[in-house]
Amino acid sequence: MLSIFLKRILLAIPVLIAVASITFFLVRLAPGGPFDAEKAVSEQVMKNLNEVYNLNAPLSEQYFDYMSGILVGDFGPSFRFPGRSVTELIMTGLPVTFELAIYSMLIALFIGTLSGVTAALKRNTFLDYIPMSIAMIGICVPTFLLGPLLVLIFGINLELLPVSGWDQLPGDKILPSLTLGFAYAAYIARLSRGGMLEILNQDFIRTARAKGLTETMVVTKHAMQGGLIPVVSFLGPAVAGLLAGSFVVETIFQIPGLGRFYVEAAFNRDYTMILGTTIFFSFMIVVFNLFSDILALWLNPRSRDI
Amino acid sequence: MSNSSSLWSDALSRLLKNKAAVGGAIILLILITLAILAPFIAPYPYAYQDLDLGASPPSSAHLLGTDVLGRDLLSRILYGARISLLVGFIATTVALFIGVSWGIIAGYFGGKVDSIMMRIVDVLYGLPFIIFIILLMVIFGRNLWLLFLAIGAIEWLTMARIVRAQVLTLKNQEFVLAAQAMGVSNFAMFKRHLLPNILGPIAVYATLTIPQVMLLESFLSFLGLGIQPPMSSWGTLIKDGVESMEEYSWLLIYPGLTFTITLFSLNFFGDGLRDALDPKTSD
Repeated sequence: MLSIFLKRILLAIPVLIAVASITFFLVRLAPGGPFDAEKAVSEQVMKNLNEVYNLNAPLSEQYFDYMSGILVGDFGPSFRFPGRSVTELIMTGLPVTFELAIYSMLIALFIGTLSGVTAALKRNTFLDYIPMSIAMIGICVPTFLLGPLLVLIFGINLELLPVSGWDQLPGDKILPSLTLGFAYAAYIARLSRGGMLEILNQDFIRTARAKGLTETMVVTKHAMQGGLIPVVSFLGPAVAGLLAGSFVVETIFQIPGLGRFYVEAAFNRDYTMILGTTIFFSFMIVVFNLFSDILALWLNPRSRDI
Repeated sequence: MSNSSSLWSDALSRLLKNKAAVGGAIILLILITLAILAPFIAPYPYAYQDLDLGASPPSSAHLLGTDVLGRDLLSRILYGARISLLVGFIATTVALFIGVSWGIIAGYFGGKVDSIMMRIVDVLYGLPFIIFIILLMVIFGRNLWLLFLAIGAIEWLTMARIVRAQVLTLKNQEFVLAAQAMGVSNFAMFKRHLLPNILGPIAVYATLTIPQVMLLESFLSFLGLGIQPPMSSWGTLIKDGVESMEEYSWLLIYPGLTFTITLFSLNFFGDGLRDALDPKTSD
């Protein structure tokens, strides 16, 4: 058990180094220097700029400087926001994105497992069909369409909720969290329904029922532990999806989070910012995948020996 | 050969009984036809502007209304269908090509080759590819073909896993051993013996990949990192619609509806195909 965890963790380290290196060289491959888009500057200014951002050093030296910087959490200065470091920008945006992701995930888990488990228990009834049809809608309506539609209905037509912002007006966190969480609620509903259906057919569930346990006990104590493993395995990849979703949701609702910073950096060609955030995102995703793998292993004793 | 054709005809009859899948297939066929015929049936050229008219709600001259520049929305949706569907099919083809080759090679050779190749897939699974695509688009410019390639290059992982698992079950069967004994080359083995036997799962997964790919393209276009104007995909139309939805809600609603219906159809058709080809998985 412990050795599997160690193996996983050890595997994650070269992956992270590879990601950081590939990203670094990809960004250096980009045609044109970072300051080309600016108004024409004199040669001396250009030289000084390159000096400040350590672009005159040989590539290998830049690479080792950058990699050793990352180790202590230093992603270098931002090209577009002079005087601010990438780490500083990440730290400003991270808490906002984190809060948004937590709310969305809670919404997704609550709605998703509740409707998925109910659908599995009441199979082929309306309590199965209706939530599963809604889940299909949730999978087919992209976030960037759902968000604006919710704004149009609840923000503009009904004037119930603020249309944008974060932490400024009461209730302005509801629409972004719902928008981001809905698609995951749909996936989780489908996964938990499938997992529960598989488990409910097994012998130990029949035994539990034969012992005379109440249906609630059978479902919560016996079936859900195994039936929800697919959901747990999904949580790691879901974090990657949440990040991508946060790009859209934060752009739509004008939320000053990491996702919007990233999209803006992509537009402004703020290479150091893109480089830093890409590495940071990759790191988070690798770590979350690790967590969800470990959690799934812990829940499912059968897969421990592999 | 007669055996395999009966498998397909069985599957077809099961598929035809599935109303959602048939409905999806019909809608898709109509959409593809409309997209191909767009230059002939679109009421206006897609870049034709009527600045005096500006944004107008649906009317008899413009069935779905016009946008702020007076461009006919119906025509733009029809032309957008070409791009969106094209991205869907081309990127899926790229994904199919990489995934199937990868899976067959890993599964067939087994041993060290297999474990190295699949370990690579495992590692790639854990990476935030969407971010890499954005990175590529920023570095190399917003190039349509690069977009196809980049999207295709990240969607092949699941395909490789599925194909490998199928090949593993096939490779110890008598017909493979017989072919080996006759000295068939590796390439002929893949093409003539293995591939035809795993077409079912490949077809199923391909239909389910197309909506994913289309979502990805429209996601990038929505962020302004995909298709560039004056070309339009459904993603860019939705983006434009969002920008003016307060005054001109039809600009968001019609492209959004078209896109959602297409994704629905693809998903229903894919699910139906899976159930038809593999009765065990359907409940």
